[in-house]
Amino acid sequence: MKEKTSIGIVLIFLSPALSAIFLFFILPLLSALFISFTDFDIYTLGDFRRLKFVGLENYIKIFEDDLFYKALYNTFYFVFIGGPLSIITSLLAALLLNSKFIKLKKFFRTVYFLPVVTTIVAVAIVWRYLYHPRFGVFNYILSLFGINAIDWLGDPKYAMPAIILLAIWKNFGYNMILFIAGLQNIPTELYEAAELDGASNWQKFKEITLPFLAPTTFFISIITMIGYFQLFAEPYVMTQGGPLNSTLSMVLYMYQEGFRWWNIGYSVSIAFILFIIILIITLIQFRYEKKIHY
Amino acid sequence: MKRELIIIFLVSFFISCSKKDDTLTFWAMGVEGENVIKLTTEFERQYKIKVKVQQIPWSAAHEKLITAFVSNTLPDVFQLGNTWIPEFVALNAIISLDSLCEKNNFDLNDFFDGILESNKIDGNLYGIPWYVDTRVLFYRKDIMEKLGRKNPPKTWEELYQLSKLIHEKTNQYAIYFPTNEWVPLIVLALQNKAQLLSDNFTEPAFTCSNFVQAFNFLARFYHENLSPSNITEVTNIYQAFEEGYITMYITGPWNISEFKKRIKREIQNSWMTAPLPSPDSSYPGVSLAGGASLVINSKSRKKDLAFKLVEFLSRPEIQIKFYNLISALPSRRSAWINSNLVNDKYLQPFRIQLEKTQAMPKIAEWENIMISRIQKYVEEVAMKKVTVLEACDNLNNETRKLLRKRKELVSQGLLK
Amino acid sequence: MKRKFIIKSVLLNLVAISIGVLTLVPFVWMISASLMKTGESAKFPPRFIPSEIDFSHYVFLFQNLDMARYFLNSLIVSILITFISLLFNSMAAYAFAKLKFGLKDNLFKFLLSLMIVPGQVTMLPLFLMLKEFGLINTYLGISIPGMASVFGIFLLRQFMLSIPDSLIDAARIDGASDFKIFFRIIIPLSRSILITLAIFTFIGAWNDFLWPLIIMTDSYMYTLPVALASLMGEHTQDIELMMAGSVITITPIVILFALVQKYYISGILIGSLKE
Repeated sequence: MKEKTSIGIVLIFLSPALSAIFLFFILPLLSALFISFTDFDIYTLGDFRRLKFVGLENYIKIFEDDLFYKALYNTFYFVFIGGPLSIITSLLAALLLNSKFIKLKKFFRTVYFLPVVTTIVAVAIVWRYLYHPRFGVFNYILSLFGINAIDWLGDPKYAMPAIILLAIWKNFGYNMILFIAGLQNIPTELYEAAELDGASNWQKFKEITLPFLAPTTFFISIITMIGYFQLFAEPYVMTQGGPLNSTLSMVLYMYQEGFRWWNIGYSVSIAFILFIIILIITLIQFRYEKKIHY
Repeated sequence: MKRELIIIFLVSFFISCSKKDDTLTFWAMGVEGENVIKLTTEFERQYKIKVKVQQIPWSAAHEKLITAFVSNTLPDVFQLGNTWIPEFVALNAIISLDSLCEKNNFDLNDFFDGILESNKIDGNLYGIPWYVDTRVLFYRKDIMEKLGRKNPPKTWEELYQLSKLIHEKTNQYAIYFPTNEWVPLIVLALQNKAQLLSDNFTEPAFTCSNFVQAFNFLARFYHENLSPSNITEVTNIYQAFEEGYITMYITGPWNISEFKKRIKREIQNSWMTAPLPSPDSSYPGVSLAGGASLVINSKSRKKDLAFKLVEFLSRPEIQIKFYNLISALPSRRSAWINSNLVNDKYLQPFRIQLEKTQAMPKIAEWENIMISRIQKYVEEVAMKKVTVLEACDNLNNETRKLLRKRKELVSQGLLK
Repeated sequence: MKRKFIIKSVLLNLVAISIGVLTLVPFVWMISASLMKTGESAKFPPRFIPSEIDFSHYVFLFQNLDMARYFLNSLIVSILITFISLLFNSMAAYAFAKLKFGLKDNLFKFLLSLMIVPGQVTMLPLFLMLKEFGLINTYLGISIPGMASVFGIFLLRQFMLSIPDSLIDAARIDGASDFKIFFRIIIPLSRSILITLAIFTFIGAWNDFLWPLIIMTDSYMYTLPVALASLMGEHTQDIELMMAGSVITITPIVILFALVQKYYISGILIGSLKE
């Protein structure tokens, strides 16, 4: 029974999904590449004779564009500060819920996970008011500890941290589940043996827990990074990229250039740069992972 | 099989969902959209045509309209801010109305000249002014009287001194110049006779002294804590006004009804409107020649019918009704004469202000320049990230890049 | 020793409780602010309990702002995407898991590599393309990017690999066609993973924002998140109203999650298994 299935049958099963992926993903991807070499813009939409092939001009323009650098910086800030903070929060929450001292584990797991499934637009709206400098709940909590009001979304210094805080709250439950599963896969005998040797908690964590969690952490860091690079709804709803463009992310900038000003060629080029950055960083992570394992 | 039946059901459902074609579609923004339906029902009754009104929020209006244009989903008739007309003309998205006006004997002489002019591009009329809109000063009479000031400021200097006084005595902000709006800077610049763009609107002129002076004047309000230097502090302008958190605010006629509705009763007699102060003695200072027009989609298959709706909505008696609904100021002289509009104390200043308005550059890129560049530098200056001179320099450089394609097309004769 | 044990236990449980409280604060405030009278939520110190329960914002949303329509749109779109993608993905997954053909592994690896391409790259061209097909402002158009997902194919394939070949071989000997095997054996056996993926897809589609924002230019076609973001532009100052809108958007998804969280969480774990 190991002979090949007839090609017709294979095609019938594969074609719905594959043609959808080809038509609505690969084809647009290729046309995006083409468009990024043109000056497709609002004038072109009115009259196609105004379209011009411009080679790499869009990409050159991007590297001269202050707003692009700003968006790049903000996105990196979000990914490389917010990402690790999210992952650490998830790990701590997982360790907590994995502890034998905790009662009602399932209940806490559900509560911590709740923000993950909620709608980011709705949640961002709620948080926008929680961050209100005068009436917001956060500043109220701070005031209980005698800390002065912070203008979370109005001060360029605090706006991105405020968005990171929201992202951590929204996402930590997801990775927490993965970490808990990773923790449960660690054989308890190892800990028992370490205890007999008189190892401290920290030593146990460093020598047993962390190495065993490495594959999980690797997977988590890749999906978290790819997800965080696509930051959009939070700044769109909460700050529109402000104040002083301190929360302008690459995707938001791409959206504004593309769907607000219809500089289509330029917008698509920004998207490609985002793609290339994600690709490079993922490759680096894969290389790094190999080093750890072998 | 059950599964196939479901698919067939779904497919037929989507086909049946596609649009029917016996109605006129009409888009209006913000409160206009929420209220205009009360007027269109009358039109529906008179003409036995269904009008499908849709409201789009002002905050996303521009991108929604352009997206709709790109995707061929613009309605037959829509409201367009008169600063957006050049862009939609460049896109060939709206039609010239001259022949339709002629065919229907539509009297254009009744409209205010300034506002009609802003609807013309190269001599052709593209929109019928629906309402006019200019900005004046809203202020708290009681707070100012407590400080011994009976009259609203008439010159820039008076405005500045008054603001300082308010700030010193009440320890609150004096005036609200939102840092996420281009309006304050552009109004001040126009008042100071700054040119904004030169050479047939292909070159920026933001480094000329008149513009820099206006920007410097605005910056003082932020830097001396006379105006909030960010927008998060005032989420609710009505509440802020009510609390005396701000005493003055430059805004448009729609806020008359909003102020009446939203501000608590104890303060209702304590606010007033006034024309804008001027940099010199020529009170009042210039304000924006704003307003919204009704335009017709060039791809509409019901242009004649569409014009009937435009004509109906711009009738003087309908304009008065519209004013009563949302305080949109009529664009026709006869509507002002034949109503009690002239007796409204809040409206008097608007009437005076309407005599002194000025239009902004009529090019497609202007909206982008204002939203993504001018606003950005107002904010940066307010937060002391750059000096006014640096801001003007950067503004010039970035605007030049945005105007590059226009300049190219103009020099090739592809664009006027 | 025993006392130390108790102190540690109490301490850790307290930490767990306080994290739980912090996690829930935004929801609690959202719900209570949505029931406050206009203006009551903008007071300092913030209130967590409405002085009197006021449903008027909910009424306003449904009566004046078309909320029912948006709700229905969200529901239709989410169900449609879930249905189509489940069918397409499970068929492809079956081919990759159980059928034998040349280039299978290469093709599958190629698909997996697509996961790294951010969807935003394709949005503008896809928008222009769907415009040519007249699919802007349609339920079909909004569903298109979600019709087939590499992640879904991957998830289902992993599961189907674990179905013993002997079952399929036995059916073949009895003369069953591949369709019969697919619908009569594979689908019933994959029930749990299909439910998991259905929940994933449904929640993802319900919460999706960027694509619906782009493709739906007609406000009658808005989904809840798009409608909410658009309301935010017009009603920023009406905090209580916005909170009511948020409650309406979030509640169905939270209820769904509460009912089926077992499946959802097992799905996350399967998805993370490497080949």
